[in-house]
Amino acid sequence: MSIDLTQDYFTLFGLPRQFALDESALEAAWHELQSQVHPDRYAHLPDVDKRLSMQWATRVNEGFRTLKKPLERAQYLLELAGVDTALETNTVMSPEFLMEQMEWREAVEEAREAGEVEELEQLHHRLQLHAREVRGGLARQLDEAHDYAAAADTVRRLMFIDKLQHEIDEALLALEE
Amino acid sequence: MALLQIAEPGMSAEPHKHRLAVGIDLGTTNSLVATVRNGIAVCLADETGRSMLPSVVRYRADGSIDVGHKAVAAQATDAKNTIVSVKRFMGRGLKDVAHVETMPYDFEDSTGMVRLRTVQGVKSPVEISAEILRTLRRRAEASLAGELVGAVITVPAYFDDAQRQATKDAATLAGLPVLRLLNEPTAAAVAYGLDNAAEGVYAVYDLGGGTFDLSILKLSRGVFEVLSTNGDAALGGDDFDHRLFCWILDKADIAPPSMEDARRLQMKAREAKELLSSCEEAPVHVALRSGEEVNLVVTRDEFADMTRHLVQKTLGPVRKALRDAGLAPDEVKGVVMVGGATRMPHIQRAVAEYFGQEPLTNLDPDKVVALGAAMQANVLAGNRKDEDDWLLLDVIPLSLGLETMGGLTEKVIPRNSTLPIARAQEFTTFKDGQTAMAFHVVQGERELVSDCRSLARFELRGIPPMVAGAARIRVSFQVDADGLLSVSAREMSSGVEASVLVKPSYGLTDDEIAGMLKSGVEHAGDDMLARALREQQVEAERVIEATEHAIEQDGALLSADERAAIEKSITNLRALCAGQDHRAIKSGIDALSRATDDFAARRMDSSIRNALAGHKVDEFET
Repeated sequence: MSIDLTQDYFTLFGLPRQFALDESALEAAWHELQSQVHPDRYAHLPDVDKRLSMQWATRVNEGFRTLKKPLERAQYLLELAGVDTALETNTVMSPEFLMEQMEWREAVEEAREAGEVEELEQLHHRLQLHAREVRGGLARQLDEAHDYAAAADTVRRLMFIDKLQHEIDEALLALEE
Repeated sequence: MALLQIAEPGMSAEPHKHRLAVGIDLGTTNSLVATVRNGIAVCLADETGRSMLPSVVRYRADGSIDVGHKAVAAQATDAKNTIVSVKRFMGRGLKDVAHVETMPYDFEDSTGMVRLRTVQGVKSPVEISAEILRTLRRRAEASLAGELVGAVITVPAYFDDAQRQATKDAATLAGLPVLRLLNEPTAAAVAYGLDNAAEGVYAVYDLGGGTFDLSILKLSRGVFEVLSTNGDAALGGDDFDHRLFCWILDKADIAPPSMEDARRLQMKAREAKELLSSCEEAPVHVALRSGEEVNLVVTRDEFADMTRHLVQKTLGPVRKALRDAGLAPDEVKGVVMVGGATRMPHIQRAVAEYFGQEPLTNLDPDKVVALGAAMQANVLAGNRKDEDDWLLLDVIPLSLGLETMGGLTEKVIPRNSTLPIARAQEFTTFKDGQTAMAFHVVQGERELVSDCRSLARFELRGIPPMVAGAARIRVSFQVDADGLLSVSAREMSSGVEASVLVKPSYGLTDDEIAGMLKSGVEHAGDDMLARALREQQVEAERVIEATEHAIEQDGALLSADERAAIEKSITNLRALCAGQDHRAIKSGIDALSRATDDFAARRMDSSIRNALAGHKVDEFET
């Protein structure tokens, strides 16, 4: 009755269902939708309207976040395509990738223990470039080749990278305190 | 048949009632109330023309209560019963409050929020704050000559859930319906942005009496989007006073002062600090009760030196907020200075140096928050006009999470998420046959639970016995537009559902609030029943008005039967309103709400469809 759950986020935001994204269009649609559903527009109305508004505004924010972040957008596209990324259980990755990850991880750990802020920032930057490259591959797999199995594998790689970047952020934050 | 009303061109078809609403800046040192009058936000003054109300409350032995200037006068002579800077205690335990040793109060460290023993009994910070809010409410009602539909109350952006809940509870006690809790820097950005038609990325540097906030906002075509916020909920102008107070004690060569003399010296320190914003040096002459005399002079440079570390302390949050927003200092178009403490020249210098530009000081740093809150209150109360087509998108300042094995925090909602937001996380049982699970909700950025703020603990019981790992317990977090959290937990796999709602452990229980409300009403000589009746009548009127307006606008979405059913509910409710039974009116309101449930959902759907349809061609195609 209340929320139309069959409507996917791409439809909700009036965007094509693909990995490549027009960020300014997403943002404009987000603002437009929030200006219709945000709780501030319903503060003077009865509770039923307030409740609906909160549900909708929450959903619109969730959709915005999902579409804005490349990793989440890719996961969402796979989910819509009915591909089970089995992200928690299927951790069979290629040995080369795992080796590479271990090396990154060791470098981060060393820099963190030595308190080398610059080294950490360097690693963060290199990782960012690497992530951009991997995302380029993902765009081809999803939007051109429609090879969802390969895309699911790339998504798992991106998750590793994402987690590592997050750890660097945390390490930098801790060093600053 | 009803007569048709013809409106003047440019006017709303509905004879528009201006609803009285106010914005309140509930500050550590001073509080203000403002409203929008004839389209312009103004601060409301008391009968002597002063708009700032010192946030000072005195409980007198005869049972009366002084708030504001009158209480200030008694600070030194009745220090124990005269509470200043109560905001520092909101949602806090005794161990969280800095400098308690120099405070003249008689604290009671009960579990949860700290309480103060006064000549009128034990008072919670919520009750004390409610006195300030009640004074401002009365001022507004007298000035506007009517009852308020509600207030927007500002809170530091870096306030956690317990502090926000405490503020909302204080408003409830003061008889003020809360339209929204609004972050102080966001309120300032609204006032600044609307006045100056600003576009681009702005930083708001807000150093108040007891709190520091730094928010980064993007202003574009009427949307105020908070990109990130950071701060220190226990750093403010008070700390500069305290530093100067310690310096005076150090230099003056006097015996450790009594509580009253300490209060005298603290007041003198504040005066000297304020003087140093406009003069190169300030005298500190105090005659103490002890018979001793203090005769000192403090220069601007000395003061800057002794408080340098405090200024530096504000730059940490500035860096973090910029990093979270993914911006460099030179990408910020302007820095808006808010809070009386930003008058200090060495603070303005430090900010100018960091951002590489002079900060914006062309607005009154004491009033800008209240004015922004009033603008927001005016819109929320339903007085929105076409030119008020602006929107705030604010964020949650601190991550929310749950304790997991080993005392570690599992983040459920990350900081700087746009509100409102909901997130769920699944957990499972640890032992075979486990039928209960304990949850600990925390807020903060640190990895260890012991370094975060504990918000609430609760247990989910009645999980059907299963092997370890088979149960699926879904814990849902919802943060509303006020930044307030509710948590529920549910066992999914068995179809057996159980859920629980959480109230922060640092807050007051519903029973405590009900008790305080009752005694407050008795104190004011009001009749509880009459008040309840009036409240329900006002609410019924509001709901009927909103429903009729909705039918007028979107009646096409209703079938004839549905429309008749809604109209019947309205007629019933009108009849109930004429009676004296507030419970019957309440049930009439509920019945009307049920009757309009589907209609409301359809209206929402259609407005969402229209939102995108109208813009696709000209704006989204680039």
